[in-house]
Amino acid sequence: MSGARTLAPGTAEGTVIHLDEPVSFWGGFDSASGRIIDRFHPQHGACLSGKILFMASGRGSSSGASVLAEAIRLGTGPLAICLLHDDAIIATGALVAMMLYGKACPVVVIEDTTGWQDMAHKRRLRVEALDDGALLTVLET
Amino acid sequence: MLELNAADKAMLAGEVGAAQADALLLVVRFARAVGARRLIDCASAHVDGCLYHGEASLDFARRFVALGGRVRVPTTLNVGSVDLIHPELFNGKPELGTAGAELMEAHVALGCLPTFTCAPYQTLFRPALGDQIAWAESNAIVFANSVIGARTNRYGDFIDLACALTGRVPDYGLHQAENRRAGVVVEVVGLADAPADAAGGIAVAVGLFIGRECGATIAAITGLPRSTTEDDLKALGAAAASSGAVAMFHAVGLTPEAPDLETATGGLSAPTIAHLGAAEIAAISASLATVADGTDLTAVALGTPHFSLAEFERLMPMCTGSRFKTDVYVNTGRHAWDILVARGWDLTLAEAGVTVVVDTCTYVTAILRDLGGAMMTSSGKWAYYAPGNLGVEVAFGTLSDCMASARAGKVVRA
Repeated sequence: MSGARTLAPGTAEGTVIHLDEPVSFWGGFDSASGRIIDRFHPQHGACLSGKILFMASGRGSSSGASVLAEAIRLGTGPLAICLLHDDAIIATGALVAMMLYGKACPVVVIEDTTGWQDMAHKRRLRVEALDDGALLTVLET
Repeated sequence: MLELNAADKAMLAGEVGAAQADALLLVVRFARAVGARRLIDCASAHVDGCLYHGEASLDFARRFVALGGRVRVPTTLNVGSVDLIHPELFNGKPELGTAGAELMEAHVALGCLPTFTCAPYQTLFRPALGDQIAWAESNAIVFANSVIGARTNRYGDFIDLACALTGRVPDYGLHQAENRRAGVVVEVVGLADAPADAAGGIAVAVGLFIGRECGATIAAITGLPRSTTEDDLKALGAAAASSGAVAMFHAVGLTPEAPDLETATGGLSAPTIAHLGAAEIAAISASLATVADGTDLTAVALGTPHFSLAEFERLMPMCTGSRFKTDVYVNTGRHAWDILVARGWDLTLAEAGVTVVVDTCTYVTAILRDLGGAMMTSSGKWAYYAPGNLGVEVAFGTLSDCMASARAGKVVRA
């Protein structure tokens, strides 16, 4: 188990996908298919739908918040997002999806690099993000 | 740790209205995510959420309309998905056009001003030096911070409208004087006497460079041409905010917080990371193009960010004589469009084969009649995004290069 800080609350469990580089949700991700469409991204074509997404930070346009909210609405978005650095754009997208649709995509920050990398390489995790803190539980290593 | 004042707490409790309570909750959570310690009043907002990105965009605006929300500060609107003045220009899927127009109208219903421009700083709603503002749209953010000296972070979809509805903004980052100092210096060398047409191209190249190399570190730029105009600084900021997460730059001797290098850096030492001469500038400009000079052109695209009246004044003498061989598109705002019409310039432009696009922009929506072949632009931002967004080939040049090419039907230099 490992502690983290909550940017957007919620609970999720699923398989981990770890991105080598952050992706910009606007222009780099397709909310219809849930896939990475940035041609220059090392994991171009990877599907984020239904996964616990580990990426170190956010990237790119603030319109990413709209695209993330739309993906959560459609059910093509990640189940949860675990960051190493705070990102207000990603947090906003997830918070708005909760406000409009009651659909949670917890967003948490694990500020300790070693701890973040350790969790990013597990197979399955449970993310429980409450207002006063978040907990990650390893379901499968 | 975020501390709210009594008025914030009352608003959060719904004492101002349900829309304000909802919007402030979003601002508060955002403020916690960025580590702000308090909220402050904002003098104005510029909202980018009126560009349609899917059902969620519309549902968000509709929610606040349904709750009876009204913005609490003067709020300008960025471009939408359609030209409401010339709706016939939209050639995308009809349902997207309808949803895009509804989204724009929903924002007006919330009390936002129907400016629909990415250059709100060139309208009557230009902020003043030192104003705390909540602005979205990457180029507008850079311009407000750098060229005007107003203070905003890189706000964007949802949070922009939430700040407008509450009149509150998290106090962090560029709202605070100590975070507005330059951390690096970029020297432009040997180009101080460049002519006005070249200054536009130099500004774009320098902008692309600081976007790529400086990221969130503020650059102080020295040695820009003396002929550099406000529109060139607009182009510089737009290019920088396309190639990187730039929110602010200082142009020493040109922008208000940089009368000299020492003021720009706050007296702290800042390393010089590059000397950009004519050769470097030419190489950066060339890197924007996906086609070679001499390639046949389908269209010329101008006005990203929106053309100002001053830019139309430069364009008009180039639009006399026969029609251009290629299509020419110029994006602008209603403020400039009204003046064009009053002067009869809209007719002159139409006769020359120039399509003026209002309320939107050719790289974000379906306007261009023919997406085959190559397009030429004087905008670093358009050149940066159009190949990905529209799947077109691009050439880059100064305004004179672009118009000479429109006349020749292929990429030439003026």
